[in-house]
Amino acid sequence: MKIKNYIVTFVSAIALLLSTSAISFAKVVGDKIILGAAVSLTGKYSSNGVHTQNGYNMAVERINSMGGVKVGGKTYKFDIIYYDDESNPKRAAQLAERLISQDKVEFMLGPYSSGLTKAMAPVTEKYGVPMVEANGASRSLFTKGYKYLFAVLAPANLYLDVAIRTAVELNGGKGVKIAQAFEQDAFSQDVRLGILDAAKETGSEIIIDDKLPKELNDMAATLAKVKVAKPDVLVVSGHTKGALTAIRQIAEMKVDVPMLAMTHCDAAKLSKQHGKNSQYALCASQWHKTLTYKDKWFKDGMTYDADFTKMFGYAPPYQAAESSAALLVFKDAFERANSFDQKKVRDALAATDMQTFYGNIKFAPGGQNVSKPMVLFQVICDSSGKCENKVVAPLKWASAKLIHPIPKWSER
Amino acid sequence: MINKNLIIYLSILIFGLAAPFVFPAFKVQLSILCVLIILSITWNIQGGEMGYNSFGNILFYGLGMYLCASVQVGMFFPLAEWTESGGEKTFVHTPAQFFQGFGVGLAVAAIVPTIVAGLIGYSILGLRGHYFAICTLGLGVAAGEISGGIEIIGAGQGFTTPPFPNIGGLEARGEFFYFCSFITLVLTFLAVKSIYSTRFKLVLNAIRDNEDKAEAMGIQTMKYKIIGWMISAFFCGLAGGIMGGLVGYIDSTDVAFDGREMGVFMVLMAILGGKGTLWGPVIGATLFHIFKEGFWTFFLGWQYVALGVLIVVIVIYFPEGIMGWLREKYPERFGEVIDEADRKAQVELK
Amino acid sequence: MDLLIFQAPILMVQASMDGILLGILFALIAYGMALQWGVMNIINIAQGDLVILGGYIAYFMYLYGIHPAWGVIVSPIIMYFVGIGIYKLVINKVVDRDLFISILATFGISILFMQLMNFAFGADVVLANSGYGTTMLFDNSVVLPNSKIFAAVISIIFAIGLVVYMKKSKLGRAIRATAQNARAAKILGVDTEKVYAATFGINAALCGVAGALISITFTIHPYMGLPYTIRSFMIVIVAGLGNLPGVAISGMGLGVFEEFADYILGTEFRIGSVFLLLVLILVYRRFKLSKKREYLK
Repeated sequence: MKIKNYIVTFVSAIALLLSTSAISFAKVVGDKIILGAAVSLTGKYSSNGVHTQNGYNMAVERINSMGGVKVGGKTYKFDIIYYDDESNPKRAAQLAERLISQDKVEFMLGPYSSGLTKAMAPVTEKYGVPMVEANGASRSLFTKGYKYLFAVLAPANLYLDVAIRTAVELNGGKGVKIAQAFEQDAFSQDVRLGILDAAKETGSEIIIDDKLPKELNDMAATLAKVKVAKPDVLVVSGHTKGALTAIRQIAEMKVDVPMLAMTHCDAAKLSKQHGKNSQYALCASQWHKTLTYKDKWFKDGMTYDADFTKMFGYAPPYQAAESSAALLVFKDAFERANSFDQKKVRDALAATDMQTFYGNIKFAPGGQNVSKPMVLFQVICDSSGKCENKVVAPLKWASAKLIHPIPKWSER
Repeated sequence: MINKNLIIYLSILIFGLAAPFVFPAFKVQLSILCVLIILSITWNIQGGEMGYNSFGNILFYGLGMYLCASVQVGMFFPLAEWTESGGEKTFVHTPAQFFQGFGVGLAVAAIVPTIVAGLIGYSILGLRGHYFAICTLGLGVAAGEISGGIEIIGAGQGFTTPPFPNIGGLEARGEFFYFCSFITLVLTFLAVKSIYSTRFKLVLNAIRDNEDKAEAMGIQTMKYKIIGWMISAFFCGLAGGIMGGLVGYIDSTDVAFDGREMGVFMVLMAILGGKGTLWGPVIGATLFHIFKEGFWTFFLGWQYVALGVLIVVIVIYFPEGIMGWLREKYPERFGEVIDEADRKAQVELK
Repeated sequence: MDLLIFQAPILMVQASMDGILLGILFALIAYGMALQWGVMNIINIAQGDLVILGGYIAYFMYLYGIHPAWGVIVSPIIMYFVGIGIYKLVINKVVDRDLFISILATFGISILFMQLMNFAFGADVVLANSGYGTTMLFDNSVVLPNSKIFAAVISIIFAIGLVVYMKKSKLGRAIRATAQNARAAKILGVDTEKVYAATFGINAALCGVAGALISITFTIHPYMGLPYTIRSFMIVIVAGLGNLPGVAISGMGLGVFEEFADYILGTEFRIGSVFLLLVLILVYRRFKLSKKREYLK
């Protein structure tokens, strides 16, 4: 009985505290520009959500320490209000509403994953809150006529498009046989759409088309089918879990395919976790540290890589790099708009044309970034078993030649 | 006594009607609160009054959500094209189409789950105890996984519901959905309250207390169980339809058939407030929502730790809920006359 | 619908083999579930999270250069004490209560664990490499990763060991006596409190073994526990309580069913069909019993 009374007292005290403390933020407080962001700190996207948050934090710290943002002759610093969207679109939509109407945030950064961005975009659009997002690549985001949504990344359907075209080219221009397995979520399904388009254009045939449930961590059935059907290209996309599971089971089941194309290799730390087994995997990426883009905050990809590693203790996957770039875009837009008026900032964002360490950024009317191509890298290991991601396409940045076809397991 | 109750109801009603204008920033939160209360009240019909702990009411909620959105789209545009390639093509509802579609959608969202509940009721409600709980859990999860594989409702890419038409300014959307959910809540509450004052509730309680005896007394328990479940399904479906419009994006396992969150929360809220009471679920849902939102803000990332501890504490120390606790403390207020000596004797016996 | 499996019958062999190996691993987890359900009358939603925690123990050993296979020894020992701790803190307060209370209380533990693991071990999806290679059968057309075979063998060893322990040892007999009639066991001098604690500890240890094996064969992530919980439910319910060979058989059956559903219905319906099967089995049993005017309880 006594414990119960303590609990009741404690709980009611907290309830009182919580219900009375509705803090309201303003868009610009003192010398701070406050941005709102919902990122996935818990749930199935939590690893990539953390990459996103680290990317944002890194850029905030860098911009603030290098003089901040100059608007109307005054210097402002960035600050971000974070919420945890729990990898759940319902929560993300709710949080967008909450950031805008309760916390009075006037500028937003995007969450991780296409599904969550799809849930948030209608809300930000309705309130006319400019949102620069770095992790929602679904093509359908950019066909809706959203005026306040800007994505620094290339749309998802382009992720593995290059891989298919390369495979067709290496096949002497003839169509190839494709086997694909994609997770049942907005992003992966959009990558799938890109493959479908590419297959249609190149006259390729899709012989296996599996959709993996979100909870699945066993792809043995799909891979067994692949072994029987012998496709020319195997495409797998399912965030980090998909990439890790695929490589493990491909190696264990000794599945021989001439080309293996995937997404999320660097976020999954593929070469570190799987070592030599991940060799020859071809990965789509928005960014790679060896690209030669430059800017004045992070200098270039290599420096960003080194600084990020120093700050967070691991090498930045492209999810972090693109998130950092989102803040650079915001800073640039604020300075060009020279105002905190949402409409003016929006117009400035729409007129963005800049180069960052992450790539050139220029938005199409739909909001997607059109001036940055995707890169493909291949995991290549040396004889000592040390593996590295080497860019193989586009040729402009290629630091290694694509190894094709992948040697059979019996010959490795 | 009647007067007193009337005053309480009236003041709640006035508060509810004025809330979106007094706290304009909290409209969405309040709408979600209304939906949570509806879910928790309807769960209580089975879990509290009938003793059938269902984890499967989320089935009706999700069904309502998908149906409402599909009807709203399908009435005016081809549904398959709307959802094709993740909803790439854009169709715009005129305001009249939007509201008309939403209204019909809600009606369908209420009726179809009710029919579904009636159809599967005979099979599922024949299970008892935890077998019923687990069977309904399976039903909810299966529905989520299977709907995630159906192309016409967006499959893995989700289903973007029609955007609110551009009328009435910024606040119109929030107000519309708030009043939708508030009115549904009032209707649900009144319906459930009037049901609870009839013999029907006594039958449900008899089933809870001893189903075999109830049957031996000539009550057709199965009929009542199915009707009870159908009532729940009706309001769950409505709540789902409104929530779908409010969120604006439907995902099979995370938004619609969200058994891991909504499905369990509706149970928790009812238990927190006190199951088997009329007001318990209302109080439980309100407190739960405040708690959750608060933890969210102040313990970023730790909210699940806090929630986990809260759940364990609730179930271990307050299995009777707040209403049960109040009843134990102030039995007079609940119209119970207790002989103090008798009570003491009982306590000592324990 | 995918008919590849009928065109290439060798896939059926592959599917059955994969399913059986997978099923044995599930059965080990389900065995722990059946044990605590039978003895203490609680349903543990946190089962899957205990599995994942066990997996992290093996993963950390791997990270520090110890072969993860040793995890099957170390992980159960640590998990045994974790289990006892959970019992002392929470479970002992729900043992005598309604089964539903235990479902909710362990659900609370489950989300608590997920979150704490997320903080402690980070949100990355991880795995431990055993480097065991692959066994090829039938002229290389059926492949079985040795790690899966290893997992199945270890599961069987632990399951048999536990059966023998239950039969022969004093504690094992006390546990069985408590399962049959806790009150009578108490009267006859069995310290039921201790028995309960040990039961939950053993269950956690089994989860630890399974977790270590999963980190070798699949991947682990703080939020990946629930599917294991629900599958072990399913196995126990199909087998019936206290039916140990039944658990093994229904575990393997579930594994095979999953693989075949994957091939025939398509991967996207794999998990959905498993749950639909659960519902159908329960409904089938309900109708069978209702002919005799009985019901599942």
